[in-house]
Amino acid sequence: MAEHLLDVRNLSVEFHTASGVVKAVRNISYHLDRGETLAILGESGSGKSVSSAAIMNLIDMPPGRITSGEIFLDGVDLLTMKPQDRRAVNGKRIAMIFQDPLSHLNPVYPVGWQIREAMTAHGLSKDAAEAEALRLLGRVGIPDPQAAMDKYPHQFSGGQRQRVMIAMALALRPDLLIADEPTTALDVTVQAEVLALLKELQREIGMGVLIITHDLGVVAEIADRVVVMEKGALVESGTVREVYKNPKHPYTRRLIAAAPGKGAMHEDEAKGEMLLSVRDVRKTYGAFAALKGVSFDLMAGQTLAIVGESGSGKSTLARVLLRLDEPDSGQALWKGRDLFQLSPKELYRLRRDLQMVFQDPTQSLNPRMTVFQLVSEAWVIHPDILPKAKWRERVAELLVQVGLSPDHMRRYPHQFSGGQRQRIAIARALALEPRLIICDEAVSALDVSVQAQVIELLDRLRKDTGISFIFIAHDLPVVRDFADQVMVMQKGEIVEIGGVRQIFDAPREPYTRALLAASLDPDPDIQAAHRARRA
Amino acid sequence: MLSFIRKRSVASLISLAGLIVMVFFLSRMTGDPASLFLPVEASAEMKQQFRELHGLNDPLLVQFSRYVGDVVTGDLGESYRKARPALDVVTEAFVWTLWLAVITMSLVTSAAIVVGSLAAFRSGGFFDRTASMLSLIGASVPDFWLAIVAIVVFSVNLHWLPTSGTGSVLHWILPISVLFVRPFGIIVQVVRGSMIGALSSAYVKTARAKGVRSGPIIFIHALRNAMLPVITVIGDQAASLLNGAVIVETIFGFPGVGKLMIDSILQRDFNVVLAAILVTALAIFLMNLLIDLCYALLDPRIRH
Repeated sequence: MAEHLLDVRNLSVEFHTASGVVKAVRNISYHLDRGETLAILGESGSGKSVSSAAIMNLIDMPPGRITSGEIFLDGVDLLTMKPQDRRAVNGKRIAMIFQDPLSHLNPVYPVGWQIREAMTAHGLSKDAAEAEALRLLGRVGIPDPQAAMDKYPHQFSGGQRQRVMIAMALALRPDLLIADEPTTALDVTVQAEVLALLKELQREIGMGVLIITHDLGVVAEIADRVVVMEKGALVESGTVREVYKNPKHPYTRRLIAAAPGKGAMHEDEAKGEMLLSVRDVRKTYGAFAALKGVSFDLMAGQTLAIVGESGSGKSTLARVLLRLDEPDSGQALWKGRDLFQLSPKELYRLRRDLQMVFQDPTQSLNPRMTVFQLVSEAWVIHPDILPKAKWRERVAELLVQVGLSPDHMRRYPHQFSGGQRQRIAIARALALEPRLIICDEAVSALDVSVQAQVIELLDRLRKDTGISFIFIAHDLPVVRDFADQVMVMQKGEIVEIGGVRQIFDAPREPYTRALLAASLDPDPDIQAAHRARRA
Repeated sequence: MLSFIRKRSVASLISLAGLIVMVFFLSRMTGDPASLFLPVEASAEMKQQFRELHGLNDPLLVQFSRYVGDVVTGDLGESYRKARPALDVVTEAFVWTLWLAVITMSLVTSAAIVVGSLAAFRSGGFFDRTASMLSLIGASVPDFWLAIVAIVVFSVNLHWLPTSGTGSVLHWILPISVLFVRPFGIIVQVVRGSMIGALSSAYVKTARAKGVRSGPIIFIHALRNAMLPVITVIGDQAASLLNGAVIVETIFGFPGVGKLMIDSILQRDFNVVLAAILVTALAIFLMNLLIDLCYALLDPRIRH
């Protein structure tokens, strides 16, 4: 049998934590050859990153422990190597790039220095490393590489930082590149560029690529084969086409079914009364114009999705509408009154009608308050809504409404999963019986299957209670099954606004079309067709 | 950077002015310098003469405006006790304190960084537990107690070191050792905590994935990031030494600014008290500026 480049056999890893032993990876095996791309697909907690950390020797032991298995690189077991030989493998034969390049680059050293170090750590001379680092920066498409060498990570955009990471990883032309969620933090159009660059460099160097992702679209775009992980176990493997077209394991089927952007879109319904009318809102931060005159209308019971990439002004708009930030000019008529002219006292009353759900429920829920306290806090602030005797009953009702159970009331946020925490945040927003909830990337941090459930919940709430939503997202498919109106923003301006069917079926503006084209489809055939069209 | 320094200077000047007003009037409330300066049997006439000589008979506001006018022209007045310019008396003492602070803080900083970093690298290990326990004790021990115990053990019983005063290198050992303990205990704990954070950070993971050795990972990748909160604490500790380690200086008879301040307050030598406060406040302002510069030097995100 010919040796594989990478051969992971029966690997098990456990972590000893305060609450007991967690079996993060249970007896998994996979292999990868040169020039091939293997995707490990899984949601959070599936253990998909743990096996790669074991390959890179990045698991802290303790608390981690490899309880069984071998990891062969060209037939040599990495787990039984002497420490100094093992270190020589990292960076030279196996390299890695990570999800969040900003935190994975050292903030206090210039990027040129950091790329150079990847080479000098393996014995290259400083001058040779310097020249090579310069060449690499140019190769990965950083403009003006000479000047970029002396810049620090925070001076680059997210996409450029990932390019720097790639340059650093590929400095010694490794045999194997491990990419852990390499494009998750990036805008969709940037994601497409980075994936294309990875493919190109793979052809150039001939390395094997192991890509870890939660995103079926990324798998369809870049991988040859895929293994699916659930709760530490490998549940399915095969070529990407096989697995997508004919999934065998129920978990894989669920995952594919949950991929956004496949359901029926909302019809253009008869409009209700006008709830919010925004006119020519402008906001600048110093010299930077975040909003350059934004106008739109929102009807009662309607969901308006605002889609845009980072820097589009979508979050600024949300903050301005909630008066968390003051606009420079413009109007926002709420039931005939201008939100921007309200006195602090009127604003206080308005907060009842206007609620917000944030991206990261772990940060937006106070970890030291129980669910009961979190949800009922609104009534402490607005005591006229509900007499204290009825709080318990109403919290229970709200929890049921968002798909949790009444006995969750006594628990603390850390005892819940990410999706459940976002439900708590939604219950908290509902406690004030608002007319409008602004969701700022409210599902972006959630797993695909959980994302689908939360969106379903929001849509049900809209139907049942007539609440309006402003739903801010960076990715178009997420809003497709849920929005009535879609507003596409770029650089502080509205590019296009229209009914959901018009935006998805007949986009008028080139930017909308580019966003749609850059969104990755989970179907490998569709994605292949996209690639062919681009080429 | 320059505008930053300018802003900080203006802010410091304002607080300095407030400080002068407060100390000027508060010190006048402690009583009459003449009754302390002159012998008990001095006649009322002599006291009157003394007060006239130093302008203590004028209404307080007149005294104050005269003082402010003098300060602006750089004249901080005379010491009643020593009949020399107050500023000279203070700078003389301040140089002693400055040396004491600089030597102590250099030793503390280098030792604490090494111990704290190594403790963090193998956190939970034997070295870490020992270091954590010792630093906790160090941070909590009262320095006057330590000073007295040190004198009893090393000077009185063992006769190794002089009990107090200055003159030789040996005279410096006890004050420095006693002043070393508390800042060392505090800074080790901050370094350790900050380093544990830095060592578990994502960029350290990247460095390990690049195949960088442990040494450079600790002392190049992690330490520089971990130093930011540490520098703040170093500044705090250094400031309390610059203020004059009042108790320790007094116990060891060390002629620093802390001891001078206590003596001048007790003797109602107002001009010296005010001059000492001005000089130490200026020193602390300069040191804070230095700390801010260190921040900018260490972290490019602050620079840009």
